[in-house]
Amino acid sequence: MLPLSGERLDAKGVVSEKNNLSDILRGTSTLKRGFAHMLKNGVVMDVTNVEQAQIAEEAGAVSVMVLDKLPSEVRKAGGVARTASIRIIEEIMDSVTIPVMAKCRIGHVNEAQVLKETDVDMIDESEVLTPADELRHIWKWDFTTPFVNGARSLAEALRRIEEGAAMIRTKGEPGTGNVAEAIKHIKKVNDELRTIKSIYDSGDNQDLVRMAREFKVSYDIVEQTAKLGRLPVVNFAAGGIATPADAAYLMSLGCDGIFVGSGIFNSDDAKERARAIVLATTFWNESDKVKEAQKMIDERQSMLGLDVNTLELRMQDRGGSA
Amino acid sequence: MSLTIGILSIQGDVQENLLSTQTAIDELGIDGNVIDVRKPDDISQLDGLIIPGGESTTIGQLSLVNGSMKILKEKIDAGMPVFGICAGMIMLSKTANDRIVGKIDQPLLDILDIKLERNSFGRQRESFETEISMDSINISKFNGVFIRAPSVSEVGSDVEVLAKFGDKIVAIKKGNVIGTAFHPELVEDVSLHKYFVNLTNTLKN
Repeated sequence: MLPLSGERLDAKGVVSEKNNLSDILRGTSTLKRGFAHMLKNGVVMDVTNVEQAQIAEEAGAVSVMVLDKLPSEVRKAGGVARTASIRIIEEIMDSVTIPVMAKCRIGHVNEAQVLKETDVDMIDESEVLTPADELRHIWKWDFTTPFVNGARSLAEALRRIEEGAAMIRTKGEPGTGNVAEAIKHIKKVNDELRTIKSIYDSGDNQDLVRMAREFKVSYDIVEQTAKLGRLPVVNFAAGGIATPADAAYLMSLGCDGIFVGSGIFNSDDAKERARAIVLATTFWNESDKVKEAQKMIDERQSMLGLDVNTLELRMQDRGGSA
Repeated sequence: MSLTIGILSIQGDVQENLLSTQTAIDELGIDGNVIDVRKPDDISQLDGLIIPGGESTTIGQLSLVNGSMKILKEKIDAGMPVFGICAGMIMLSKTANDRIVGKIDQPLLDILDIKLERNSFGRQRESFETEISMDSINISKFNGVFIRAPSVSEVGSDVEVLAKFGDKIVAIKKGNVIGTAFHPELVEDVSLHKYFVNLTNTLKN
């Protein structure tokens, strides 16, 4: 089983209080990572307003992610992309029963605190927004609210987990409708996991130490991950997913679930597409069901999509070296 | 005859329940196995079923799609033991209200006559761990992990209350049906899973 407790003793996000004469704990690693476990095999959808959030819920999404603009619109608009309007986040929280997430800028501690006070269920420290600190991500152990972070490699994923991320999403290139980068990165993470697993199985501890230095993380987390043979937290795929078949393919590569950004609400058949992507994610290993899901959408309604080789702005690179 | 327990594998933490149930079967030394199930044909072969934690709206809608909702209802009505955890307990109820949104129109199995409130303790930041006692089934101490958990405010006359937290009911039982608002699959203690395996085994033999 995935280890739920990975607590740091100095984690300020863990709160202990007395309630009805019993001791209760909030913000523990079990609660934060456990929350992500409840999303498994599900789809988290990017939304910008109440109407979209309700469409997402009706389609069977496990959660919605509130943004000011969809990633593709961020790409077009340029300028600085920041966290969404608090009023809109609150309106959405009051109108759907599923969990509500929101994005903050990489390294922007106070933007995250604002989201925590807003009571969102999970904070995404996201490269879709303009990074506030290129050198340091948020120290997520200090928050009672769980975080999800993006990663393009095992090293990036483990660095984020050591900072307290309760969930990882392997990055694609957001707002492109092009799934190629998401596929590339999950395959890279899987290859790297196989590598450290085989080192672990061979008993060569010195080589694991070498990997830890290369990854810029502690030996402990490399050893724990190598032993498991997978990321020690729930891992979703994200970035560029536009069709049911895209979602099913990423599930088949071992992802625990899917984030869909611009792919749904930038298409002209959002309702059907939202539903179809949920179906393909759930029934990814039943090819007849994936075909049925794919049939629900019309390729002529899909978002146009972008070639990732000619992009001026590569969001995936943001915060990646830190 | 070997015992087969299924974990409903639509959405949520299926893997954790597979492991907890397997550990429970091993520790009890019972001849049995646990499998993840989704298709109606597979569900019809089961001796007992766990509906795991997840999002109840998602699990409900998708089990309607592939026809598993109908067979689940038939099997449980015919006496198959079932253990609903968090979203699973919501699935077993007759109606569900959300603390903020109010009455929700979502597909439910309508097995338990209970008044249930979703997200009853608040949002994720209010999720908590605390010690729970279920004395009537001889589990006096259990670490309850409540994640955006529901609670029950009223039960029908045939529903037994197993545990309360403050004035909120957090574990219930009606014959072969158990529901908990907390997640026993997220802790190492498998005593609740053992209780369910035993219940299923007793009924089969």
